[in-house]
Formats: sequence, structure tokens, C-alpha cells
Amino acid sequence: MSNLRFWACGLLLVLVGWLLGRLVSNEYAFFAGYSVLQYILLATAWNILGGYAGYVNFGTAAFFALGAYVSVALNKLYAPPLPVLIVAGGVASGLIGLLMGSLTLKLRGVFFSIATLALAIVSQAVITNWEFVGGSSGAYVLRPRVGPLGGSYIEYLFYTMLVMAVAAVALARTVERSKLGFGLAAIRDDEAAAEASGVPTLKLKLLATVASGTLMGMAGAPLPFYVAYLDPPSAFNLAYAVNTIAMPLVGGTGTWIGPVLGAILLTVVQETAMVTISSAANLLIVGLLMVGFITLAPNGIVGMVRKLRGDRR
Amino acid sequence: MPDPSAVLNAVVAGVLLGGFYAAVALGIAIAFGMLDIPNLSHPAFVVMGAFATWVLNNTFGIDPVLAGLIMTGPFFILGVLLYRLYHTCFESRGEAPLQGLAFFFGILFITEVVLVLTAGADYRSVQADYIGVSVNLGSVTLPLRMVVPFVVSIGMLLALQQFLSRSFTGRAILAVSQDKLALQLMGVSPTRIKALAFGISIATAAVAGSLLIIIQPVEPSIGRDFIGRAFAAVVLGGMGSFWGMLIASIILGITESIVSDMWNPSWAPAIAFGFLLPTLAFRSGGLLGRKL
Repeated sequence: MSNLRFWACGLLLVLVGWLLGRLVSNEYAFFAGYSVLQYILLATAWNILGGYAGYVNFGTAAFFALGAYVSVALNKLYAPPLPVLIVAGGVASGLIGLLMGSLTLKLRGVFFSIATLALAIVSQAVITNWEFVGGSSGAYVLRPRVGPLGGSYIEYLFYTMLVMAVAAVALARTVERSKLGFGLAAIRDDEAAAEASGVPTLKLKLLATVASGTLMGMAGAPLPFYVAYLDPPSAFNLAYAVNTIAMPLVGGTGTWIGPVLGAILLTVVQETAMVTISSAANLLIVGLLMVGFITLAPNGIVGMVRKLRGDRR
Repeated sequence: MPDPSAVLNAVVAGVLLGGFYAAVALGIAIAFGMLDIPNLSHPAFVVMGAFATWVLNNTFGIDPVLAGLIMTGPFFILGVLLYRLYHTCFESRGEAPLQGLAFFFGILFITEVVLVLTAGADYRSVQADYIGVSVNLGSVTLPLRMVVPFVVSIGMLLALQQFLSRSFTGRAILAVSQDKLALQLMGVSPTRIKALAFGISIATAAVAGSLLIIIQPVEPSIGRDFIGRAFAAVVLGGMGSFWGMLIASIILGITESIVSDMWNPSWAPAIAFGFLLPTLAFRSGGLLGRKL
């Protein structure tokens, strides 16, 4: 897809989403749409580090929940408009990414992954003990009835997420085709060789970690308004971490379209399973799909399509 | 100034707790420290072992420790099969890092959900004569439900240490962690040895699980709390080193016990991370061990 066509499609998607939103009167559509978009954003964010550089982040829930809780705290203090909260959430998670990255990215990728797993646990302990944002009993957030653009607040949240998701995908696509992206791909394929060829590996990995963390924090910032009640077990739900990893792996890592496909597919499958079977079973399906894809089709749906086309890229 | 006997009690409780952590971390020290297999799902197998113990104890009245020992057989086979799958799908393809980690993360998640679906999300516990009994030594109280796991854990550690340093197979396992090629030159298949060692690693999870359910009631998602602790103990201990891992586990246990007693139990899970991060950043070789 050429650049012009990509940007035109992105813009068109935002417009179509907005128009559809104007036509739809059912609130559920916004709730479901928001959830899909949120996962597209999270999966794309994860893929910038995980897919492009091959560094597995298990701490999505930490970055995401941090964004959400920064937003709860700021909202309680000053009640600024949503875009300010999103920026603040992004900055906070980006900084945590920078800190984590600078401490652990010098080691092999496995250690970074274990550290992120532990980060999710420790940040949950911190939030549980932070009384100002509700501690273990959780925080209630009043969702305004009407959004600033007219229409309901959920509709506003939906548009905000739509813009963020499209922007994140555009960012991922730009990264993928930039010098940064090539550098990350070199790290993924052979880090020692990349380092030896003059790729500033640590700097690039840090950049990717910060970008990925920032996007996850931004994804979390509107969450308190979406759920209206936020407690640590739900904000740090393992489902976020599993889904965010499963989606790019099912869709295909290493390309911007993979996480988008994976996010759409898995959210639809889960929504269907939730209604038809049970909520525990839908998590099982995600786990099985993830393990199934990484063992049988390591390049995901994108890889399968390429193989079918006989395209050896 | 806190009461000295309360501090002493907290330290003793911490040592006992640390001994149990060593049982959980032992499998990871083998799989991750020696075989370089990042088995994140190990704590899930520990919980699975706890549930197996619960079934054996509840239906047949078998002693929990004995039940754990019985389960080592099936768990060993499970471990060998899991390694075969991991080897064919990732190790031999050379895609181990990213895909392998995600694979084990998926296994962790699947095990947990399957346990919820089959055994329910409730807390389960076991019955034995020594649970609920305490021994008093001066001002120190020793609950037997902590002492028994400590003793079994140290016993298991000693037995495995002997096996690794004395038997041919054990030495081959140590060799595969040091130099795979040299082992091949000696006419031993590294894949077979690694499968065996991974089987042993999963078998220790059965015992650790039986100890876990003696210490506290168990529900399926409890395993996650041990990922950070167990990996912290292994990294802090210096990867493959058993003794380093035991010392690290005990340090972790004492710190957690003191923080829980003197401050707030909800901070306990964060402590492992407090050890893990500085270790990774500043002393990646751990307490006793080689540099990463």
C-alpha cells in the first residue's frame, strides 16, 4: 500500500467511524467498538517493541493501568479535559518504560520479559496501597452525561479511541519503514550482528520501549470513564497482558497490519464466546489460539496469506 | 522499637517460608538456569500439583507430602512431553526467544483456565495431622504446616544436588548446561538429556505444589504470585546455582515475612521485584554465580 493510499484510508476510516456513530443510537455499539479499538491500540503498541525488536513485554497491564490511575488521580485533583489526561497517562507510562528499559535492556531479552512480568505485580501492589486513588476498594469516576462534541460521553470516548488507534497504527507503519524500524528488525534477527554493524542497539530498544509504553498509557487513560468504577484487580487483569500478546502473534508480528487483524479477530471471537459459552471459556480460547498459532503458524495470519500467495518476502 | 521476640518470630517464619520458595524455584533453576528454557509456566504446574494433591488427599486420604511424591511420576512424563513440543516447535527452529516466551506464557494461562473450569475458582485445602499444630521453642513458635514443607524442600534440594553431582545422567545434565557440543562429542544426545532434565524440573513442581497446599489454601490463579518470587530467587542466586538459589529464597522469605508483620502484607508480592530489578541492573551474576 502506498503512503498516500494509507493516509487516505486512515482518514476515511475516522470519517466513516464518526458518521456511523452519528447514525447509531444503540449505546452498546460504542461500548463494543471502544473495546475493539482499545485492543487495536494496545496490540499495536506491544508490537512496536515485541514484533519489531523481538523483546516480549508481559507488563502491558502495568503500563495500561498506570495510565488509567494517573487519569483517576488527576481527575480527582483538577478534573482537566480528557486529552490532557491522555497525555499525562502517556508520559507517566513512557517514563516507566524508560526506567525499566535502562535497567534491564542491556541483558538478554528473557530478563527484560521477566522484569516486565514482575513490574505488573509490583505496580498492582503500589496501586492497591495508594489510598488516594481508592486503594484496594477501587475508585468511582463520574462519567459526564454529555460529551464535549455533543452526543453521549461514551460516543466521545469512542471517537477519542478511534483517533488514537488510527494514529498509533500510522505511527507503527512509519516506524516499520524508517531507519528505526530497520534497526529494530536487525536487533530481532541477530542482536550481536546488529551491534557489530554499528546499529545503536540500546538506544533503539529504549526508544521502542518508551514509544510502546507511552501508547499503552494513553490507551489506559480513558479507561476510568469507560468503566466508571476501577479497582486494581480489573485494571491489572491478566486478560490485558494475554490479549495484547496474543493479538499480534495471531495476526502476525513484524507488520503493522498483523496486530490490527489479530485484535479484530480475537475481540470478535471473545465477544461471541462470552455470549454463547462462558467468560472463562473465552479466555481459554485466546490462550489456545495463541499457543496454536505460535506453534503451527509462527508468522500469524499475515504469514499464512503471504504463503498462499506464494509471496516470499 | 519492635518487640525482639516478634522480630525473631518473623525471621524464623521467613526462613521457613524461604525454604518453601526454594522448592518452587528449584524447577526454574533447572529449566531456566541450566537448560536456558524460560519456563514461565512453572508456577502453574506447581498449582496443578497442589490440585492433584488436593484430589488425592480428599478422595483417598493420602498424606499430602506422599501425594506430591506420587505425582512426580506423571509430572515427569508431562515435562518430557512439554519439552519435546518446545524443542520441535522453537528450539530446533532457532526461534526460541520471542515465540518460546509467548508459548510458556500461553501454557501458564491455559493451565490456569483449565483448572478454573475443572476444579472451580474456590480455595481448596488438605487435611493432615500436622496441619494446625505448633511447636514452641522458647519464645519462638514453629507451626508444623511451615516446618514440614521446609524440611521436605531442603530434602528434595539435597537429593537433586546429589543426583546431579554423582550420577552419570546428573553430570550429563550439568554438562549440557555448560557445553552442548562437548556433550555430543562424548556420545550423549543433548536433546534427550534436556528432555530428562526438564521432566525432573516439572516433577519438582508436583512436590512444591503439595507443599504449597499444606501451607495455605490454593485457588487456580495463585501461581502468578510465585513467578516473580521464583525467578527473582533464581536470578539473585546466580542462575544454575542451587545453594545460591536457596540463600536467595531465604533472604526473600525473611524480607517478606518482616514486611508483612511490621508493615502491610499487601506489599509482600512487590518485594521480589525489589530484589530482581537491582540484581539484573547491577549484579547480573547474582550472589553466587557466573555473569550473564
